[in-house]
Amino acid sequence: MSEILELAAGNLISPIILSFVLGVSAALLRSDLTIPEAVAKGMSIYLLFAIGFKGGAGVAAHGIDTTLVLTLVIACILSFGLPFIGFVLLGAMSRLGTLDRAAVAAHYGSISIVTFVAATSVLDAQGIASEGYMVAAAAVMEAPAILSALWLVSRSGGGSRGTVDAGLYREILLNGSIVLLVGSFLIGAVTGEDGLAKISPFIVAPFQGVLCLFLLDMGLVAGRGLRDSRRELGPGTIAFGMVMPLIGSCLGLIGALLAGLSPGGAALLMTLSASASYIAVPAAMRVALPEARPSIYLTLSLGVTFPFNLTVGIPLYTALSTAIAGG
Amino acid sequence: METHKAKRVEIIIEAALESRLTNAMRKAGVTGYTVLPVKGGSGRSGEWNRSGQVTRGSGMVAVVCLIRPDRLDTLLDAAFAVVEPHIGVVSITDAQVLRAERF
Repeated sequence: MSEILELAAGNLISPIILSFVLGVSAALLRSDLTIPEAVAKGMSIYLLFAIGFKGGAGVAAHGIDTTLVLTLVIACILSFGLPFIGFVLLGAMSRLGTLDRAAVAAHYGSISIVTFVAATSVLDAQGIASEGYMVAAAAVMEAPAILSALWLVSRSGGGSRGTVDAGLYREILLNGSIVLLVGSFLIGAVTGEDGLAKISPFIVAPFQGVLCLFLLDMGLVAGRGLRDSRRELGPGTIAFGMVMPLIGSCLGLIGALLAGLSPGGAALLMTLSASASYIAVPAAMRVALPEARPSIYLTLSLGVTFPFNLTVGIPLYTALSTAIAGG
Repeated sequence: METHKAKRVEIIIEAALESRLTNAMRKAGVTGYTVLPVKGGSGRSGEWNRSGQVTRGSGMVAVVCLIRPDRLDTLLDAAFAVVEPHIGVVSITDAQVLRAERF
């Protein structure tokens, strides 16, 4: 326990967390600090490319094994399954209606790539190795949760007037983040360590600095969301935003043990299972479930779960995976 | 200079719906339109600002088109089928254009 607290304390004073805290504070204090939209988009592309490329290069160095296939299957099952738990849990913990519950549940089955990037950064700082193909697991977990949420709505007779068509499925599966992540992963896997060596001054050295600025922006967005929409979240809904990641991470740990992942890989699968989407899923929900309130699902995902995972979750998952999967 | 009557239709809609709206408009024969970014605003769903968005799903765009008055209903039927369940504003104003053959 003391080790977990020590890790959490160490994590809290890292530049990435403090940058996030700065962003949240600036937004709550109504500062006019903003990161231009195009800069934020550019940093997001950089981070996705860098993390995908490094993951692919890692796979090229260590080869492909059955653990990879097993991990991807388990990741897919987790993404399909977590929304069902979230949907039932929200029914017990909040007064949200079917459509809001389904939309929130979809977010918690999908993943937050920035939380994943922050977790890899924490693992790197602690010298804990992880499987490069966890990037592929992240990509696999983006979309299935959306299908589960849509099924939950149709099953519960929620009756949304939204559009669920071939175009929506294409947008979900070929979402820019997924294409970039998978594409850079494949480039990394094909070009290997030599390819990584050629571009490492660009994708390795500046990575932490860019991540700090990106988290500053995320902090601003999360802070504005909390400032403007916190009244829409009841205590039960806020508690859900912290309980659901813990449940997800436990299931992620079980999946990691079944797949035979290393402690680092297990920490990343726990983080993925604990995180909530705020890019791919919100866009899909606006099209498919327009009656569900973004002020609920975005504020919960960005304003509650993201900071929770960043400050408490990642150190906790890292310590647990090291203690259990490392044993 | 001779001017001709036209209708200016402005549809402010969620960015995630942009391609669906423009596809529906093209299917209805309306091939000329302009898409503008929307910086921010306030409405029934509360205040929002472009700088506070991390996802294209929660931003807004404005689709503006000028058409001949006799084509207005066709456009509105096609557009409203997309806009109706979503957040958005549809407005129509009388306008004058110089080159009628372009509309």
